[in-house]
Amino acid sequence: MTGEVVTRTPTTHRGPRFALVTVALAVALVVACIASLGLGQYSVSPTEVVGILLRALGVETGWAPDASPAAGVVTGIRLPRILLGVVVGAALAVSGLLMQAIFGNPLADAGVVGVSSGAALGAAASLTFGLSTFGMWTTPAFAFVGGLIAVFSVYFISRSGGRTEVVTLLLTGIAINAIGGAGLAFFTFLGTNATREQIVFWQLGSLNGALWPSLGLVAPLVAIGIVVALVVARSLDLFALGERTARHLGVRVERLRIVVIVTVALLVCAAVAFAGIIAFVGLVIPHLLRMTIGPAHLPLVISSALGGALLIALADLIARTAVPLADMPIGMITSLVGGPFFLWLLVRTRRRSGGWA
Amino acid sequence: MTARLVATGVTVRPEPGGPAILQDASIQVRAGEVHALIGPNGAGKSTLFAVLAGDVVPESGTITLDGAALRGIPPRELARRRAVLLQQNAVSFPFTVEQVVRMGRAPWARTPAEDDDDAAVAAAMAATEVTPLAARSVSFLSGGERARVALARVLAQGVDVLLLDEPTAALDLKHQEDVLRLARDRAREGAAVAIVLHDLGAALAYADTATLLSRGRVVASGAPSDVLTPASIEEVYGQAVDVFPHPVTGVPLVVPRR
Repeated sequence: MTGEVVTRTPTTHRGPRFALVTVALAVALVVACIASLGLGQYSVSPTEVVGILLRALGVETGWAPDASPAAGVVTGIRLPRILLGVVVGAALAVSGLLMQAIFGNPLADAGVVGVSSGAALGAAASLTFGLSTFGMWTTPAFAFVGGLIAVFSVYFISRSGGRTEVVTLLLTGIAINAIGGAGLAFFTFLGTNATREQIVFWQLGSLNGALWPSLGLVAPLVAIGIVVALVVARSLDLFALGERTARHLGVRVERLRIVVIVTVALLVCAAVAFAGIIAFVGLVIPHLLRMTIGPAHLPLVISSALGGALLIALADLIARTAVPLADMPIGMITSLVGGPFFLWLLVRTRRRSGGWA
Repeated sequence: MTARLVATGVTVRPEPGGPAILQDASIQVRAGEVHALIGPNGAGKSTLFAVLAGDVVPESGTITLDGAALRGIPPRELARRRAVLLQQNAVSFPFTVEQVVRMGRAPWARTPAEDDDDAAVAAAMAATEVTPLAARSVSFLSGGERARVALARVLAQGVDVLLLDEPTAALDLKHQEDVLRLARDRAREGAAVAIVLHDLGAALAYADTATLLSRGRVVASGAPSDVLTPASIEEVYGQAVDVFPHPVTGVPLVVPRR
């Protein structure tokens, strides 16, 4: 036996494929962002967009239009919104991937299992009671606590023997979502008109109203979350063998579990605090990429972050431009795509395992 | 032979104050030996196995690996010294066979031994005859193929204390014998191998030492032919058997009296 046999396997075949997918996603993301920056009620051409962006970075190209509101529209209004979308998309996709890894189940997603509801409930509580304990961090902090409670609950209720069955996971998700929904309804009932509007905004999911400060808050949280995901990626591969076997291979299972759960809550709270509940991103993106580049988690974290960002960038573009003079809720659009995809996944899972295993 | 993995006076109670599923059990797994754990269903084999693997912390008793308390050894360090094969070998995501086998090398990441990864993986896959499956997804393998992939993963770990829980359960006749031969070869090379077996004949043919459990207690431990006598088997299993040598090879056979 030589090493040759080993090197001819998909692990190495998938290296180039991963590179290709990553580059393609990154290019598509940049193109989508530039297109999105130019499109809308006030149109700006792509060259002008690039010119404005470069000028903002201190590079003069002569492409940027002089004396027009274009620069204000692009950098003041659209850019923070699009960047927030990119960051939120990456957060949601990576959170989904992390949950799927620790649940050992490809159907886990922040929206489906109720983590987003929990986070929205926490955020709504902080708003309804007018809390400002942690200044501008108050809403994200409460979203984090809500999300953390939700993800811990789902995890410990739905798992048995180191794995989570599809049915148990989904039923637990229904229950958690119901509790979260009831809480949100209660806060809607308690609140003023202004807070009610905010709560409805969370339930639908929207990037409307994104400003630079919110981006400054969300981006570091998501960056931390993604770095943690990259660090634990190899251990997550071993988790696929089951908890006992992962432990036999040297993984500190309990610690990894806590780290991943907290990271999921962090990513979801960062996403939910400023964009509301955007479901199914964490389900669709990791799944599609797993089919394309295989289930190893290190490449999946990277490509899922890009894929999630791309999906939200595109969905937000549709949300802003599909209906003239209106801003549709982005959560509606992702659910419109994600719902049928989820059904297809369910049917396929059932067929493959010959039942609801 | 030096004792590698030693459990002494181990008692396990699932609930405090409840009945013990393992009572005052002791076992020594020595270098160069295949040590079979034998007993009827519910005798405590799996529990004793889990105690040796470090999965179950006993209420009382000590477990040592090379003289050091098992609980005091950090998981990664432990993984560089002993490998465990469980009966349950499902893989959550469609990793390829080679990826799964390579996971056995995880304990050696960022150590000099990492350089041996490719060779160890290739050798383990060849030994278990899963090389042709290398590029296949484990999700679509048969139970027997998956069991062999799991065994390859354990071999790739490259350690000389092996714990195998019914490694032959899902396998056909030829692969059963292959696995047992593999275990014996590893022992001949100096490894300490503990193996849970249901097949008494296999234990007589391949094991150097056998420990017989019944109702949570160790009934006997020693050379398989001393431990697995018609009397002890009948007493523990409640089934009369005959044990006699194979007419050609002389290996003892266990046949239920029908």
